[in-house]
Amino acid sequence: MNFAPVLLFFAAAFALVLISLILNRLLAPRNPYPLKLTTYECGEEPVGSPWIRFNARFYVIALIFVVFDVEVLFLFPWAVNLKTLGMFAWIEMAVFILILSVGLAYVWAKGDLEWIKPKPDNYLPTQESK
Amino acid sequence: MIIELLTQIIFWAFVILTVGSAIVVVFSKRIIYSAFALLFTLFGVAGLYVFLAADFLAASQLLVYVGGILTLIIFGVFLTTKLHGMSIPEQTHQRYLAIIPVAGIIAILFYVFFSVDWFAHASAAEPTTKDLGKLLLTTYLVPFEVASVLLLAALIGAMRLARPREEDQDD
Amino acid sequence: MIIPAEYISLLISIVYTAGVVVFVLLFVLLCNWLERKISAHMQDRLGPMETGGWHGWAQPIADAIKLLLKEDIIPAAADSKLFRIAPYIVFMGSLAGFAVLPFASNLIGTDLNIGVYYVIAVTSIVVIGLLMAGWSSNNKWSLYGAMRSASQMISYEIPVALALLVPVIAAGSMSMNEIVQNQAGGFWNWYVFKTMPFSLIAFIIYFWASLAESNRAPFDLPEAESELVAGYFTEYSGIRFAFFFLAEYSDMFVVSAIAATVFLGGWHAPFPFLSFIPGIVWFVSKAAFLVLVQMWLRWTLPRLRVDQLMHICWKIFLPFSFVNLLLVSLWVVLKG
Repeated sequence: MNFAPVLLFFAAAFALVLISLILNRLLAPRNPYPLKLTTYECGEEPVGSPWIRFNARFYVIALIFVVFDVEVLFLFPWAVNLKTLGMFAWIEMAVFILILSVGLAYVWAKGDLEWIKPKPDNYLPTQESK
Repeated sequence: MIIELLTQIIFWAFVILTVGSAIVVVFSKRIIYSAFALLFTLFGVAGLYVFLAADFLAASQLLVYVGGILTLIIFGVFLTTKLHGMSIPEQTHQRYLAIIPVAGIIAILFYVFFSVDWFAHASAAEPTTKDLGKLLLTTYLVPFEVASVLLLAALIGAMRLARPREEDQDD
Repeated sequence: MIIPAEYISLLISIVYTAGVVVFVLLFVLLCNWLERKISAHMQDRLGPMETGGWHGWAQPIADAIKLLLKEDIIPAAADSKLFRIAPYIVFMGSLAGFAVLPFASNLIGTDLNIGVYYVIAVTSIVVIGLLMAGWSSNNKWSLYGAMRSASQMISYEIPVALALLVPVIAAGSMSMNEIVQNQAGGFWNWYVFKTMPFSLIAFIIYFWASLAESNRAPFDLPEAESELVAGYFTEYSGIRFAFFFLAEYSDMFVVSAIAATVFLGGWHAPFPFLSFIPGIVWFVSKAAFLVLVQMWLRWTLPRLRVDQLMHICWKIFLPFSFVNLLLVSLWVVLKG
């Protein structure tokens, strides 16, 4: 177990960005004026702030993700031991996955995985109607 | 010699990174800075796990806390309205009552800090994943399966809370 | 005078890291040129033809110099602190993945015991970096792009991880080198062909999900030019933009290289009699082949919609990967 090279890679990435930015500072022209520093909005004057309240869908997806992320965390130690522990370990994980599949089924059935929720009027005739 | 010195320097750099960014998290007036500063705190803690020879835990720290929880927190911050220039309420309520749990937490932390022989654990630098998995699947089987039920409950509860109000009435 | 072994290994690590950085830079230049040529030829154009003479080979070099010489613009409305930090985070998270890639049997930054898991973990840093970039730009396109990117990357992380578990189970280890060593002896021993058809399914799921994770077409909605300009790095220009670009292309290589390592035998030759060719050649050509497939797909397939993206991830990839994982693990257990 040797994490030193990992740190070296982080350091190398940091150094590369830093050196390039210093080079850029030395070589590039610097002539800012207010018009140049305006926010890009396809040539229009920016309207309103982008820092608005966001669609809660993103938050819901992140919530579901956290739960499955923790599951993945448990799966890796299981996977490396599977060959030595055999059938018993497999059943344990099958139960584990099954329990969490109930969660997936729940969010699926409740429509939390749908990105756009169509209003009943927008439904096609073939789908359930109000 | 130089290697040991380097290790020491890197260790303290991680400590400073962790504590320094944690201070930003707590004292920053803008909630978005607190959220992003948490990245450095969590990364620093992962680095400290590496120093404790807990390789699997370090990667899990990044995977779950940085990848999952921090993303969730940032999304949560984006959900708050009027983010620009929003300040966190600075008043503290029930200051004296808060001393009790805080003192309790500090006492536990100090107890753990002094009761574990950190250097002995860190010097036995062996891969931890296999042993972890074995323990999970044999000795700690019941907590492991209970964890899945806990996760399920957390998922369903969180979804229930996150869902828009008007739908709740439909249920 | 005897130099302690530790110093030598530290020195080797530093040289190796520098070598990988140079490799990444060269690879990105080459890819940039290739992508333009490929897209051009697929659309009956020629692409760059002037710079450097032969088929405009020097175009990416000229572009790199141009980016370095451009004025560094930070929009007045942006949050300049976070705006400056974000390229560091994204590029660091992206380059960190290279630390465990086994270019050859002895050419590896560090053969971490948690290799595969480590790569999945460091990807998370990139997510936060681009959220930071998108938010600090104070631009609507940037923030939308960042939100889409982040939710897409985290969603597809689950199928990626579940697919990578299949070779981990087969090898009984997460170490990159051990996984590669277990695939020695010819292409029929590669994990993509072992325990058919489960491993093949895992490979396909991994490859598609990794396209989404590296924001490549048909999953490139975060940077959908026609609607979101350039996504989370719309406001970035010059050298700061260059690092987002670098991170994106190095991500392409990382995901392909991981597929090559855990599914396609890494640095092993497809036939034993071809093993006189050095491992690094096999490894890089396998990864490069997958990168080419990524480019091919980008210029062939239309872009998905956000709801389709989420549908594919949570309702197709996720259940399939779970079932696949259970079946393959059962297979391994029964075979003993």
